[in-house]
Amino acid sequence: MNQDSASSALKDWRRWPWTLWGRQALAVMGLELKKSLRGRRHWSVLLLAAAPVSLFALRAAVELPGEAVQALGGLAVVYAVVFRTFMLRLVVFFGCVAVFANLFRGELQEKTLHYYFLAPIRREVLGIGKYLAGLVSAGFILGSATAASFLLHYLPAGSSQLADFLFDGPGLGHLLAYVAVTFLGCLGYGSVFLLMGLVFRNPIIPTIVVLGWESINFLLPPALKKISVIYYLESLCPVAVPQRGITILADPAPLWLAVPGLLLLTAVVLFLAGLRLRRLEVSYSTE
Amino acid sequence: MTLQDRIIFHNVSKFYGEVLGVNRVNLSIPPGITGLVGPNGSGKTTLLNLMTGLLQPSKGEISVLGLTPDQPQLLFHRLGYCTQYDSFPKGLTGFQFLSGYLRLYGHNREASHRLAAEALASVRLTNAAHRKIAGYSKGMRQRIKLAQAICHNPDVLVLDEPLNGLDPVGRAEAIELFKEAAGKGKFVIISSHILHEVDMISDQVILLDSGYVVAEGNIRGVRSEVKDHPMQILIRCNRPGLVASQLFGQDHVVEVKVHEDRRGLFIRSRDAESLYLLLNRVIVENELEIETVTPADEDVESVYDYLIGFEGGSH
Repeated sequence: MNQDSASSALKDWRRWPWTLWGRQALAVMGLELKKSLRGRRHWSVLLLAAAPVSLFALRAAVELPGEAVQALGGLAVVYAVVFRTFMLRLVVFFGCVAVFANLFRGELQEKTLHYYFLAPIRREVLGIGKYLAGLVSAGFILGSATAASFLLHYLPAGSSQLADFLFDGPGLGHLLAYVAVTFLGCLGYGSVFLLMGLVFRNPIIPTIVVLGWESINFLLPPALKKISVIYYLESLCPVAVPQRGITILADPAPLWLAVPGLLLLTAVVLFLAGLRLRRLEVSYSTE
Repeated sequence: MTLQDRIIFHNVSKFYGEVLGVNRVNLSIPPGITGLVGPNGSGKTTLLNLMTGLLQPSKGEISVLGLTPDQPQLLFHRLGYCTQYDSFPKGLTGFQFLSGYLRLYGHNREASHRLAAEALASVRLTNAAHRKIAGYSKGMRQRIKLAQAICHNPDVLVLDEPLNGLDPVGRAEAIELFKEAAGKGKFVIISSHILHEVDMISDQVILLDSGYVVAEGNIRGVRSEVKDHPMQILIRCNRPGLVASQLFGQDHVVEVKVHEDRRGLFIRSRDAESLYLLLNRVIVENELEIETVTPADEDVESVYDYLIGFEGGSH
């Protein structure tokens, strides 16, 4: 790119109505959040998020016979395993399916998408606004579930030990890292399922395919591992999990690669979603 | 008129897989009220959805005041569309629905509230503004859709069956609203199956059948093009027998019937222009007293019947 074309691209970039787009994306987000709060959109996600919280609450309330209180180190490993297998692979994954796949597909089924399409807003901006609304909803619900289940998991160790672990030990860092990973999971999976909802009339089969891909991640060669969301998320988890059985080992992505990698993946998928949105037709009779 | 002040369809076709939506549509729609009529499945809604970008043409180009439907960010500042879909976002009141929608235009909170209140007042829904739309009657839902279409004061108003569900007073008010918009030089495109209402308000009509434009233009022009159905004219005058005798000899006159009260006659002619010239001559030469001369089938309903027929339609 020569200097002239670079400067004209910069001029174009500045000429775009970023403020208006921002305002419109926020307006879409506000409308979507209002609809979520007043409707029953996210009940399935709330139920899903309640599952780990209930399990850890039950575990905290009931002392199993012959069970000794584990050391904090042991508890940290147990939580790391539960977080990776249950929280990330099931709760966050299916929570994102429920929220993001329905952002457009749900509107097509309810026959209300045309109201958005008849507003003077670029379809890409509409997509971003809806995605942000989904991210806020899913991030808040699933992030809260992560935080609650984390605290409930350590509660049987005693409240003073828990306080020491949180404020004098690595506990608070772990907690924040798990919540951040949950949020990043929503960010990555969210974009994937937003696109799925736009491309497929019935996103169940592609969801199973993605679930399969994410589940066999531990068997994939290192290069293929990187084309998944779970690889980056697991790399960011604060506590390592001992590998057992058949696992093809790959170095976890360092922080400087994992976060930008996930953001890049999200950006690419959202770009594809934007392209699809531009061509999307409102034809409710075919839904 | 330039491209900037017309709605243009240039060779537009839309196929749903192998099913025809509309085919090779060429239209140039001027300002005023344009009635879009045709039986169910004739392509009326497809045409409106193509104009507003909800559907994309398989072939051809569409321009609305110089803008293409794939530029929603520009088009919908100038166009409002009241669709036939009777569904609304769940849980919202009429006011929340409109003001939320107006925020998408980039308006701030105050402006969107003000415009929403004005639109609600114009469709007489102010009292129900803060009730949930889910509790609205069919007529109220129709009115809130109208409010959504007009709330940003568009130059082009596209209305798909806008009178459905409205009571007679509501219909009269809606028609007044459309006439007012057309009077200001705006484009009002109305798809309706209520032919006499379309007839009453339309400056021009577009007749669709099986995805094809069968006729377009003002109704008199369209009627005059229908050559295989003789024009019907009613005349009320003092000497109908004399007029009838003068008409019998003409080749283009198919039928003449004198009314029983002997104060008028009914004429069917294949050449309306020649008939009117002849009538003028007869009237002047015989110093006739003419009460009225009325075309009996120069309306949308008759033209529709001649060109499309009522069989198989929903009318």
